[in-house]
Amino acid sequence: MIDELLRPFDFEFFRNGLIVATFAGALCGMVGVYVVLKGMSYIGHGLSHAIFGGFAASALLGVNFALGAGAWGVASALMINGVTRRRVIGADAAIGVITTASFALGLALFALFGRRGGSFDAALFGSILGVSRSDVWATIAITALVALVVFFGYRQLLFTTFDPEVAEASGVRTARVDAVLMLVLATSILATMQVLGVTLIAATLVIPATVARMLTNSFSRMLWLATGIGAVTGFVGMNVSYHLDVQSGPTIVLVGACLFAAVFAATGTRGLRRTAGLDKHPGDAPHPVPAP
Amino acid sequence: MAVGAELVRLEHVTCAYGAAPVLVDVDLTITDRQFSGIVGPSGSGKTTLLRTLLGTVRPVSGSLQRRPGLQVGYVPQVEAVNWSFPVTVGECVLMARTRGRILPWRSKAEQGEVGDILDRLGIGDLAGRHIRELSGGQQQRVFIARALLGRPQLLLMDEPTSGVDVRTRHEVIHLLEDLHRDGLAIVLTTHDLNGMAAHLPHLVCLNTEVIGQGSPRQVLTPEVLERTYGARMEVLEHAGMPIVLDTYTSSDNVVPLRRQAGGGTAGA
Repeated sequence: MIDELLRPFDFEFFRNGLIVATFAGALCGMVGVYVVLKGMSYIGHGLSHAIFGGFAASALLGVNFALGAGAWGVASALMINGVTRRRVIGADAAIGVITTASFALGLALFALFGRRGGSFDAALFGSILGVSRSDVWATIAITALVALVVFFGYRQLLFTTFDPEVAEASGVRTARVDAVLMLVLATSILATMQVLGVTLIAATLVIPATVARMLTNSFSRMLWLATGIGAVTGFVGMNVSYHLDVQSGPTIVLVGACLFAAVFAATGTRGLRRTAGLDKHPGDAPHPVPAP
Repeated sequence: MAVGAELVRLEHVTCAYGAAPVLVDVDLTITDRQFSGIVGPSGSGKTTLLRTLLGTVRPVSGSLQRRPGLQVGYVPQVEAVNWSFPVTVGECVLMARTRGRILPWRSKAEQGEVGDILDRLGIGDLAGRHIRELSGGQQQRVFIARALLGRPQLLLMDEPTSGVDVRTRHEVIHLLEDLHRDGLAIVLTTHDLNGMAAHLPHLVCLNTEVIGQGSPRQVLTPEVLERTYGARMEVLEHAGMPIVLDTYTSSDNVVPLRRQAGGGTAGA
């Protein structure tokens, strides 16, 4: 039994995939706290689809995936951030247009020019095959970088997430903080796309944060818990993925969903009350925009 | 009211969201130790005026002058707060110490400051509680504590007694009176003419433009109120304080509900 459980560790591709999935889970769990509390789950979902367009373009042009999809993701993130802050049209509608158009462009490029370079299915649903040493180090480096941003920007991020108007009035540069958060989100999606796939990244952003919220009323504890839950989910999901011979992305998400169900059952109405209204945030309230 | 040093001065200020003006040609001066209420109907620009004083809404025209170095505290309307947000009372109050701080944990000095301010407001034992697990009055005190931690000279409050019961309203009024006595200038918005506005030393009646300002006895008059609210109101006096009565009369087309002799209500 133990030998069977440890058998995949004999393979380098699995060890690489496991490390990437664990760090990617922690990364998504950490960033997901802000995504969930700012009511940005839809942006996370949309951004992962937008990056798919960059993935397709970079595969076809023969450009380095990280550079091509990364630049595309950053541009999409800044565009979404700009649209969301301006509130000229409904944010959901604008995000829908930007991200689905980018996703559709990726599909069209693949249809027109074939699936050169990167794997189409792997981009959509994730795969641990082909996770190289350099991918492992890149994921660890991005996780460390994001952790540093969250550490040193902890107070600014918290205040801006909870009460952007008062934060702005108190001298916090909320526009800059929001832009940094969008860049962090785009980078996290980019780092985790290979293992999780674009269609499932949103779940790994949302589930650990939601589970953590059901367990605590403190922001700092929620941040730690979500990071840990994301890492554990990635680790367990990768192992289950190997033994059931199912793609890594869906397995990791299903492990997270099972954990959510278990915590939901254990905390009952208390957990429900804590998560109720998580999507309500000060930005939802009518909020005047300074006249030009 | 004794006139103190000027904190903020608005001259001919107009604010707009897009093309629609919300405030027109507003002249207003806030002085040291002033305690004012802004009253007016919904959509009259009360919150915009507060945000203009705060500095988050920029005037389209006119001038806004703030005393150099002026610290302004802001207490948002409770309806605007996300009560599901995972934040304890201590974490919430500490948000006032964000600018220029890079370490996430609170220092000993900050811990002491937060403790002192919570003790001063009578909620010292609630630092570890989630903000939703408090009464209405305690919730107001948390956000007042956060504003006070920034050591403001001017405190702005948006509808501090909106949706609270009579006891909580009294708590809030007494607390604000104490803070004012300690030297803080306070400007708040309110819909509550009798429960809140009539207790304040100075009122501003607003309906896109300033209709009148002065003591409650000076501005809570049928003429000013009709111009402010577009509806007739009667004003009585009780214990030296004006009491505003809503003298709604139905038009010929509206059938009012009428209290029947046996109690209860029924359509006529």
